[in-house]
Amino acid sequence: MLEIKNLNKSFNGRPILRDLSCQIPTGGILTVVGPSGAGKTTLLRIIAGLETKDSGQLLLNGQAIKQGQIGVVFQDFNLFPNLSVLQNVALAPELVLKKTKDEAQQTAKHLLTQLQMAEYQDQYPYQLSGGQKQRVAIARALAMQPAVLCYDEPTSALDPNLRRAVGDLILGLQKTGLTQLIITHDMAFTQQIDQQVLRIKPLAEE
Amino acid sequence: MQEVERIMKYVMQILPALLSGTGMTLRIFCWTLVLSLPLGILVAVGELSKFNPLEWLVRFYVWIMRGTPLLLQLIFVFYGLPLIHIVFPRYQAALFAFVLNYAAYFAEIFRGGLQSVPQGQFEAAKVLRLSHWQALQHVIIPQVVKIVLPSIGNEVINLVKDSSLVYVIGLGDLLRAGNVAMARDVTMVPLLLVGLIYLALISLCAFAQRKLEAHFSYYK
Ligand SMILES: Nc1ncnc2c1ncn2[C@@H]1O[C@H](COP(=O)(O)OP(=O)(O)OP(=O)(O)O)[C@@H](O)[C@H]1O
Ligand SMILES: [Mg+2]
Repeated sequence: MLEIKNLNKSFNGRPILRDLSCQIPTGGILTVVGPSGAGKTTLLRIIAGLETKDSGQLLLNGQAIKQGQIGVVFQDFNLFPNLSVLQNVALAPELVLKKTKDEAQQTAKHLLTQLQMAEYQDQYPYQLSGGQKQRVAIARALAMQPAVLCYDEPTSALDPNLRRAVGDLILGLQKTGLTQLIITHDMAFTQQIDQQVLRIKPLAEE
Repeated sequence: MQEVERIMKYVMQILPALLSGTGMTLRIFCWTLVLSLPLGILVAVGELSKFNPLEWLVRFYVWIMRGTPLLLQLIFVFYGLPLIHIVFPRYQAALFAFVLNYAAYFAEIFRGGLQSVPQGQFEAAKVLRLSHWQALQHVIIPQVVKIVLPSIGNEVINLVKDSSLVYVIGLGDLLRAGNVAMARDVTMVPLLLVGLIYLALISLCAFAQRKLEAHFSYYK
């Protein structure tokens, strides 16, 4: 279970998140909605360890979150342009999890196959469409076996068909026991996922 | 016909001197590159460091090096420093000035290259738990190299030509060899030859640059 307790964050004295608390059960999905500037991305970045918190607790199964337990699918994916699709997915498992090159590539191929991206494994990111890049980004994050996967506006660059496909993909991943946190503007998408929703409001300027 | 033969004979006669001058030009060129490229990387890292004194020191150095002529720096090192009892032999003086000067230009290029890699690349590497060095090695540096290649290529070509400045401190480089022959024999032929040799050297550099850029064109 991922627990966020009394999280506070301000930028230059301007409060963005105040006393935010929520929980996602293991294998659960939380969608985070709210207007632009409300602090959704900030929340994700704090959970991912890319931004510091001012106060509050982030717990995974009762313990402080450790590096690598959180996977992130960035809004613009941040794939490594100098690496092929396969290398993008296999790089971190090889370097960080100390798998052999073969093992890392086998796992990467397996993930890419699951995400219907196997035939693109030797392409470079610039040769892919937005939806394809997203699948590679998901595969890259999953290859590190995170306990929680966070997405920042996963449907923002996709047409309606692809949105449904991402929704199905996310629901499919849920069956594997993955805990997921999804930031979105997209109400139709929220309805498709149809699970716990956290609404974040911009804090009034005081 | 006889005229051509005479010129060819003359060319063969001065060629050894010109080639030995070319040797000096190439030595300056190669050593400057070998030393100033790594130094430039260090300076670029220093410029981006969050440790203020180092950052200011490095900026001051780059400011001086880019803000004054290389010729002045060369004269300063060879003729100026001895006045305060710092004496470099000619060749070392030339290398010293060239390496410091080119490292500053390379540093600016590397800094720009590093800064143009999007922040998201660093962040993606971080959430994948790549160490700082792993991220640099596998993700950042390959992208920086691709970005800076055209500008580095330009500087390398400039260096071939700038190396002729060592002439002013009396080093026997290619230009000097040509100049000596021209003054002695009162003919333009040596200068034309010198021009041809520079052209050949620079074409070689440009060729190498194109090959390298092609190598890195597998992604965008
Ligand atoms: N590094 C930062 N420094 C200062 N202010 C920041 C920083 N990052 C975000 N902010 C501010 O925090 C607020 C929340 O930003 P955030 O990106 O979290 O919003 P968001 O809910 O994701 O919006 P959107 O839906 O447009 O993506 C904004 O007002 C933004 O200007
Ligand atoms: Mg956002």
